[in-house]
Amino acid sequence: MDTELIFQLAGISIVITVIYTVIKQAGRDEFAFTTLLLGIVVVLAMVIPKIANLFDTVRSVFRIW
Amino acid sequence: MDIIKIVGLGLVVTVLIVIIKQQRPELAIQLSIVTGIVIFTMMLGRISSVVNLMQQLAQRSNISFLYMGTILKIVGVAYIAEFGAQICRDAGEGAVAAKIEFAAKVIVMVLAIPIIVAVFDALLKLLP
Repeated sequence: MDTELIFQLAGISIVITVIYTVIKQAGRDEFAFTTLLLGIVVVLAMVIPKIANLFDTVRSVFRIW
Repeated sequence: MDIIKIVGLGLVVTVLIVIIKQQRPELAIQLSIVTGIVIFTMMLGRISSVVNLMQQLAQRSNISFLYMGTILKIVGVAYIAEFGAQICRDAGEGAVAAKIEFAAKVIVMVLAIPIIVAVFDALLKLLP
């Protein structure tokens, strides 16, 4: 399992936070919220395959079919 | 030395999560999920070898596969339920975590039914 994904996600989170703050400072609250939502969806799309992978591995190790 | 790698990873990720949590708690939770998965997957190889050893020992001592398989299934269910419940509790959703643990307990009880029946049968045979 790669540890790179963790730091990738941390980087994405920090970038999203910065973009959110900048857009909010510019007064476009609706765009800021959309950016936030998009970021969460992207991160979730990266996390969900890993969760499925973990469940498959646990299932094969403990012989739960 | 795997433990040094894991402790280092944990410390670095903790610092990152504390930074991100102040701004975006929902992203920090996902980060902690991924960290949990990575560390758990690192250990699953070792767990797998221990499980294999246990199965060999069970075969050598003529314990039925029914019992070994049931125990392994119960341990797997407990691991997954614990993982999910801890993530939920970390995010502040204690109620959801309690429900996950409740479901895990019920499933473990259902999985244990064949063993309970076997013990009961043995008991009935012993009684006159």
